[in-house]
Amino acid sequence: MSLTIVADVCTGCSACEPECPNDAISEKKNLFVIDPELCTECEGHYDTPQCVAVCPIDDCIIPLAA
Amino acid sequence: MQGATASYVSIADLKSSHNALATPADIPATGGGCGTHGGEGKASCGSSGGPDDMPQEIWDKVKNHPCYSEEAHHHYARMHVAVAPACNIQCNYCNRKYDCSNESRPGVVSQKLTPEQAVKKVVAVASEIPQMTVLGVAGPGDSLANPKKTFDTFRMLQEQAPDIKLCLSTNGLALPDNVDEIAKYNVDHVTITINMVDPEIGAKIYPWIFWDHKRVTGVEAARILHEQQMKGLEMLTARGILTKINSVLIPGINDEHMIEVNREVKKRGAFLHNIMPLISEPEHGTYFGLNGQRGPTAQELKAVQDACMGGANLMRHCRQCRADAVGLLGEDRSKEFTLDKIEEMEVVYDLDRRRSYQDKVEAERQAQHAAKVEALAAQPEIAFDENIKVLVAVATKGGGRVNEHFGHVTEFQIFEVSSKEALFVGHRRVDQYCQGGFGDDEQLPSVVRAINDCHAVLVAKIGACPKDELKSAGIEPIDQYVDEFIEKAALSWFADYASRVVDGVIEHQPRGDASIRQGAFTAAA
Repeated sequence: MSLTIVADVCTGCSACEPECPNDAISEKKNLFVIDPELCTECEGHYDTPQCVAVCPIDDCIIPLAA
Repeated sequence: MQGATASYVSIADLKSSHNALATPADIPATGGGCGTHGGEGKASCGSSGGPDDMPQEIWDKVKNHPCYSEEAHHHYARMHVAVAPACNIQCNYCNRKYDCSNESRPGVVSQKLTPEQAVKKVVAVASEIPQMTVLGVAGPGDSLANPKKTFDTFRMLQEQAPDIKLCLSTNGLALPDNVDEIAKYNVDHVTITINMVDPEIGAKIYPWIFWDHKRVTGVEAARILHEQQMKGLEMLTARGILTKINSVLIPGINDEHMIEVNREVKKRGAFLHNIMPLISEPEHGTYFGLNGQRGPTAQELKAVQDACMGGANLMRHCRQCRADAVGLLGEDRSKEFTLDKIEEMEVVYDLDRRRSYQDKVEAERQAQHAAKVEALAAQPEIAFDENIKVLVAVATKGGGRVNEHFGHVTEFQIFEVSSKEALFVGHRRVDQYCQGGFGDDEQLPSVVRAINDCHAVLVAKIGACPKDELKSAGIEPIDQYVDEFIEKAALSWFADYASRVVDGVIEHQPRGDASIRQGAFTAAA
């Protein structure tokens, strides 16, 4: 299980990056991406995924389609 | 707020206890900002410009800061570097998706920078513009939601350009956690945006905050934000760091509440209160813009600012600039300093050259100030009902004089004039009427709307057509005070106006309201 950042709507604001407990988020060409290998949707760390809670854009960070 | 009452220091206390310090020989003897001559209760515009209003150490901090000193903003420039893109709250007047190179308003940038790029840019700008004295981190998100980027920028800049003053602006949520760091980097000016002191009102402005690893909404979110803001303000005051409070005036939401905000921030030592109009157009895509929340009219804004006078010092010269603005307030030279252009510049940071240039600026500023004081001292008294106050719009390109052509104005200065005094009360941005030598008649009605609450407009020159238009709108176009000091010109015109009223030639009538130009363009390139 992992989340993904929708590149079309990401503003590249970087708010999500430092919140990730798994260091799964990194910058790529001024936008941000989630490494699906590292993302746990914050399970075991927090009640809700931190990146989703801090992201200013609705529906920018969504579950990665399997 | 718990446990912090002992640390309140009001600026009034500071003023009264330090006045003995305030008479050095190398600074103007009287305040000149905002058309005041110093004096209690008249400082409508932050530091009105003179040391007799405040202790020496505070005057030293504000005298070259264009945002903190109305007078300084005509002489010194500032720049913002967009190193802080992340934010920890959502505001209903902000759309984080927005980026437009032609717009001037907070939160808008064209290019975000790393701290290294930012420092390079600051040094390049400071070499090119020696009167650039202040560097601010103002977003486009929140400076303290990006503490590492903000403080890295400050640390590196201090090493390379130690004479540049540092300031930052924040929503206050993360302020208490960062006050020590702010003090460590000698940041001596902090702006906090405070729109409410009542969480019920706050809930209408802030849909959510990110707090303690959770998204918090509603009144609870506004309560946490409010408590952090008040605590942060108290902590800054206790450390002697100057604070400016920015408040966005939102009609129907916090307009009646603003006097309470003013009282609470003043109580906690705020140096300056800047009440700004909401910028809200549907095309900006903000919640307020999309839901028909309007901004205030010019008279609504002025009424609230007037009601708050006598509280914390009011700032009337704010231009609501972009998070990457460069230059004097009201101008923006950021396009000259894009990363590509900086790469090509040969940058030599010459501290001595900057100092000698600034000495010249200071000498010119003092000469202007002395000339103005002299001109005003010679002003004859006007025998007229002193309760009658009118507004005049002034076309000026600087130097405190009436010296701009009507058609070239992108921003009028507004003075409130009575038989006693002419007081700077704000500015109005307009679309330039004259483009390439020809008047643009489509623009004229919008210029008239922007100064429609004024009785007269003082200009260096004006064409026949706009002159007639203004007259038919009931605004007197006046071009007989070319190059005079604004206050002197305004009082001279008022004396003439008063005599015409007394003689029965005209009848004094109040004017209507005016509209505030939304989202001004940065420059008519």
